[in-house]
Amino acid sequence: MRKNMVVVEGSYAVAHAVKVCKPNVISAYPITPQTHIVEDLAQFHADGEINCEYINVESEFSAISALIGASAAGARTYSSTTSQGLALMHEALFNSSGMRLPIVMTVVNRALSAPINIWNDQQDSISQRDTGWIQLYAEDVQESADMTPQLYKLAEDVDVLLPAMSCMDGFILSHVYEPVILLEQSLTDEFLPSYDPEFVLDTKNPMSFGAFADPSTYTEFRYKQEKAMGVALEKIEEIANEFKDIYGRYYGGLIDGYVLDDAEIVIMAMGSVIGTVKDTIDELRTEGESVGLLKVRSFRPFPAEAIRKALKNAKIVITLDKNISVGKNEGALCTEVKACLYNTDNRVPVIGFMLGHGGRDIPMQMIKKIINKAKLVEKGIFVESEFADLREDLA
Amino acid sequence: MSLLKPGHRGCAGCGDALAGKFVLDALGEDVIVVSPTGCLEVFTTPYPESAWGVPWVHSLFENAAAVASGVEAALKSLGRKNKTKIVAIGGDGATLDIGLQAISGAFERGHDFTYICVDNEAYMNTGIQRSGATPLYANTTTSPPGRISSGNPLYKKNMPAIIAAHGSPYVATASIAYAPDMMKKVKKAAEIKGPTYVHVHAPCSTGWKFDGSKTIEVGKLAVETALWPLYEMENGEITTVRKIKNRKPVEEYLKVQGRFKHLFTMAGENPNIKKIQEIADRNVKQFGLE
Repeated sequence: MRKNMVVVEGSYAVAHAVKVCKPNVISAYPITPQTHIVEDLAQFHADGEINCEYINVESEFSAISALIGASAAGARTYSSTTSQGLALMHEALFNSSGMRLPIVMTVVNRALSAPINIWNDQQDSISQRDTGWIQLYAEDVQESADMTPQLYKLAEDVDVLLPAMSCMDGFILSHVYEPVILLEQSLTDEFLPSYDPEFVLDTKNPMSFGAFADPSTYTEFRYKQEKAMGVALEKIEEIANEFKDIYGRYYGGLIDGYVLDDAEIVIMAMGSVIGTVKDTIDELRTEGESVGLLKVRSFRPFPAEAIRKALKNAKIVITLDKNISVGKNEGALCTEVKACLYNTDNRVPVIGFMLGHGGRDIPMQMIKKIINKAKLVEKGIFVESEFADLREDLA
Repeated sequence: MSLLKPGHRGCAGCGDALAGKFVLDALGEDVIVVSPTGCLEVFTTPYPESAWGVPWVHSLFENAAAVASGVEAALKSLGRKNKTKIVAIGGDGATLDIGLQAISGAFERGHDFTYICVDNEAYMNTGIQRSGATPLYANTTTSPPGRISSGNPLYKKNMPAIIAAHGSPYVATASIAYAPDMMKKVKKAAEIKGPTYVHVHAPCSTGWKFDGSKTIEVGKLAVETALWPLYEMENGEITTVRKIKNRKPVEEYLKVQGRFKHLFTMAGENPNIKKIQEIADRNVKQFGLE
């Protein structure tokens, strides 16, 4: 363990990262497994360690709504939620993005009801894919913490101005104790400029926010959001590199590879399962298997170009999804990876596996089983997409 | 010129537009307005136009009080609160129905802001559907009178009492037909620290079906019949009441509006009108209007 490392809970590392980003307004509503983050922030606030307004609202809907008002008034804003809470925010997620308010939120990924389940999968944030929020997925606690200032810098960039969510797997990352480096205030001050927006609710310079747009003007609002996502695509990489220069840590920008260059079988995944996949790959490499990992860090904007490039030598692509589009029998990563390859010459088979729903554990053995299943494609047996971890006795 | 500029797209004789104008006339330039979705929002801000001469923000239908909470918190955090007033102006649907939870939260938390409900007693923006503020027996597109119905079967929700129950330091009712009284109350509400509330009765010529030149007249009749009592409550106690001289029977208010026309088609005394008269009589008793 390096000497500036401490062993803290994932939620604490994130709350601490939020603190050093100096938000002006925090607004949140408690929901498992997000609670520890907002509790830690409440304690910082109670101890006078964070100079902000902390609003204990009566619902997630009001949490995000209060931040819409605060952000329009010129504040740097923060919230955190998960699962049902994020679903309750759905309408306001579209609204905050359409209003181009750079709110930053940690989504502690959890399954959706019914049946009610408090454990991890990524159905909650994936289901918010089209709301116009930037979505980055963290692999471990350190990355979850480090993502926070990166996202403020990105969201508040004058050419981006989009809200952003940092996604961390519930319990697996939020409640785990890991050695981490807590973000230094001095480095964060150097990395993240103070927020000084051009358009704010100000009685000295009155402006209208949230106007009504008819068919003659509406389309261009959507177009400009999309363009801003395109800018974010460039800036995510840039900001990850700036972060590396100042803090010395790097996790990839849009994507990251692990023994990828010569890999014939490429596993694609998002979030904490990546650690398990890396360990599995290490074992399989010693057995001579040509397996590599393509980590997807940014799901929105979707890094189609970078993925195409990274997959150009792959013989088999495996996608892991902790979510499902019911009625399509596929997870979102699978669908999007296939779509981004379709208009190219690369006809590599993409095989989707859905797993880890509602907190079902993903052991290394499961990754190996998936790889073996995918390799059947070499014998002409093609599985398009399936649940990898069904219990036969219940299915 | 008013800070709510002319040239907006309100109907002729719109009570909402008058309410918006009176609020700004009362409060001046140092105010930030939060609007939920509704007529006032739609007809004042067709992009790229805006009728608002003060900073204005609209987010969604049900969250104006939460948005106002955030604006207040931001100004405090950024050291910009000073004397700036934060005012949410919402319709009856946004206030009594879909936005009630956010309002309850904001009043409980004690934000320094004023919520003004501009009540035209139905969802006018979507085409005159019934809301929790629609009065008994009114004809709306979702509470039409028919073979077995006399129109809206439910009583109007008592929103001022709900707000008063939150411990608000100032709750008042007002009417656009009594502009100086309304402006005085809005100003007072904004000047009192903490979450305050003014419920403004605002006749809608389109929805209530009367000629656009009669808005003030109809508004006055609601007060003169005691169907819309004007009062102030400070810290839960009624402190002022506007007395009624020569109270008029409710028929005089009902018969000038198309939304109550069905009550006058039967021969002889209509028991439903009697029930509405009982509401007025109860108001007289409860608030000591005579």
